[in-house]
Amino acid sequence: MKKRLLAFLLIAVLAFGIVGCGNKGETPEEPEDSTGTEEESPEEVAETDIKVAMVTDEGGVHDQSFNQSAWEGLQQAEKDLGVKVSYVESQQDADFAPNFETLLDAGNDLIWGIGFKLSDALLDAATNNPDQLYGIIDFSYGDETPDNVVGVLFKAEQPSFLVGYIAGKMTETNKVGFVGGIAGDVIWGFDYGFQAGVQYAAKELGKEIEILNQYAESFSDVSKGKAIATQMYQQGADIIFHASGDTGNGVIEAAKEQGKWAIGVDRDQNYLAPDNVLTSAMKRVDVGVYNVVKELVEGNFPGGQTVVYGLEEGAVGIAPTSDKHVPAEILEEVKEIEKKIIDGEIVVPYNEETFEEFMKTL
Amino acid sequence: MKALNDLGIIIGISLMYAAPLMYTALGGVISENAGVVNIGLEGMMTIGAFTGATVAYFTGNPWLGFLTAGLAGGALAILHAIACVTFTADHVVSGIAMNFIGPGLALYLCKIFFDGAAMTLPLDLDHKIPRPLNGLFPTDSFLNSIFNQYATVYIAFLLVILVWFMLYKTKLGLRLRSVGEHPRAADTLGVNVYKIKYFAVILSGIFAGLGGAALSIAVVSNYRVSLISGQGFIALAAMIFGNWKPHGAMWGCLLFGVAQGLVVYLGGTSLKVSSQLLAMIPYIITIIVLMVFVGEATGPAANGIPYEKDRD
Repeated sequence: MKKRLLAFLLIAVLAFGIVGCGNKGETPEEPEDSTGTEEESPEEVAETDIKVAMVTDEGGVHDQSFNQSAWEGLQQAEKDLGVKVSYVESQQDADFAPNFETLLDAGNDLIWGIGFKLSDALLDAATNNPDQLYGIIDFSYGDETPDNVVGVLFKAEQPSFLVGYIAGKMTETNKVGFVGGIAGDVIWGFDYGFQAGVQYAAKELGKEIEILNQYAESFSDVSKGKAIATQMYQQGADIIFHASGDTGNGVIEAAKEQGKWAIGVDRDQNYLAPDNVLTSAMKRVDVGVYNVVKELVEGNFPGGQTVVYGLEEGAVGIAPTSDKHVPAEILEEVKEIEKKIIDGEIVVPYNEETFEEFMKTL
Repeated sequence: MKALNDLGIIIGISLMYAAPLMYTALGGVISENAGVVNIGLEGMMTIGAFTGATVAYFTGNPWLGFLTAGLAGGALAILHAIACVTFTADHVVSGIAMNFIGPGLALYLCKIFFDGAAMTLPLDLDHKIPRPLNGLFPTDSFLNSIFNQYATVYIAFLLVILVWFMLYKTKLGLRLRSVGEHPRAADTLGVNVYKIKYFAVILSGIFAGLGGAALSIAVVSNYRVSLISGQGFIALAAMIFGNWKPHGAMWGCLLFGVAQGLVVYLGGTSLKVSSQLLAMIPYIITIIVLMVFVGEATGPAANGIPYEKDRD
């Protein structure tokens, strides 16, 4: 009997411990480094009553990835536009729905879900509360988008084209590689954009460049990423671009071990291997979030639509640390290519069909 | 020459893949031979992977990181032992709890130590586990692909021999197995069943912790939330595949490694097979081998059954 009681107590202590940890993240808290809270917002900014909040996934608001980037976008919006911002962190998938509920009760004007993982919970919340505005990053509900929801996508093929161009210009073995996460529309954008960029450079230089291409079918298997990259490097590739989430950690590790180049994705990944990450194809989630908030403040919230941001909006691009390893003259050329893409002179392909068309125009 | 080099790459990938699994599978072998089912290996791996990367980053000493990773896995295993051995809780339920506590605790601590980031900062090559044979063979050669591995790979094979020796050639091993087969009989012969079970569960946690660190500070150089995603369960399958024996578990892990090596190799050839189908191969091979060759895998007789001394 005594034993059972002890067992019960042990479980109770553990359970409370866990609940305690869980609660911590759920109360929106202002991180120390955030600037401009309610009281100290700069005076020149017109005060609005608009409140914007976001729900992160498990990564949390300092994940050094898209959650963090989104929060930076909101903080920027607070500074420039005078909106009030807050966030709620999710500890697990089951937290998404209650977190949306919490932010709804807090009287926010716009609630963000950061990442496609939140798409189901967000759609539920949006259909149940048609008067509340929602936004989701990296997801499109297509024609089914409710009027109170905006989806935000990024033209991943554009920065991929730019890093492909850099790779094409810089390869010494005339062989480069691409490691994809899970094959599908999203990663194909990176894949074909990159291939097109490499071919564009090859055409300019008047040479043939071979592109090795392999999918890990996982966004988290670092061993597989490393294995694929190791094999590509041994087959003679000297630069590999990855669009494979955390699997790419293994790709960058392989570059480090073999003393070759890797190209990062989504954000500036140079800090992972400062001597081996040549550049990164960046997706500026902060710019996407900021733009939508701005439109909301200006009264043009693009509800019921999916907005797609690209080079023109400054929402994608190459990493700022690129000048460490990429020669200045190549960076100059990249700037010109950027201009050509914005002007529509180069139409970057995003799938097999458009890629074949692109190759015909080369 | 090309074929030989390709073979080298496949074997090299297999070893890289298998090593972290081998540590963890050995942990499973030890625990289950003492009659405690440990499906919490995944959680113990996670806490080990995090601790290893963090300690190695702050101290600059990968070996210290590796050892503390083992201790962290062992510490989590103490909870499992308390629940399963002292309080005769259901092993599977407690194991599932471990798999929640491990990653949760790792993420929580990670955010404290790394300014809220969900990943630790990377180690540079000089501060990772060393590659003892690096530079001995010409680069891209057959031998280099196979033998230029991190020290953790060699240690894994050494541990297989050590665990085999402990289980089958020492008094402790005999007692441990007897506790797993028939705890009451062992008890009447004066074996302290609880003590042996505690020892085995904690040791299994230490091995799982080492396995996690073998990933976070040798295969790659930092911990992030998704680093351990299923390896603990694959190790568990490898252990069952190996009939609860250390050398059997080793073969199980190697088979899985070879399957992955083949997938990567085939994916890199001009062979046009969809990558989704290729990605299934390791799992399909595992199932087929389990059905055809192992079939009658039987573990220790009293595995998973809580033992209460004072029950009549």
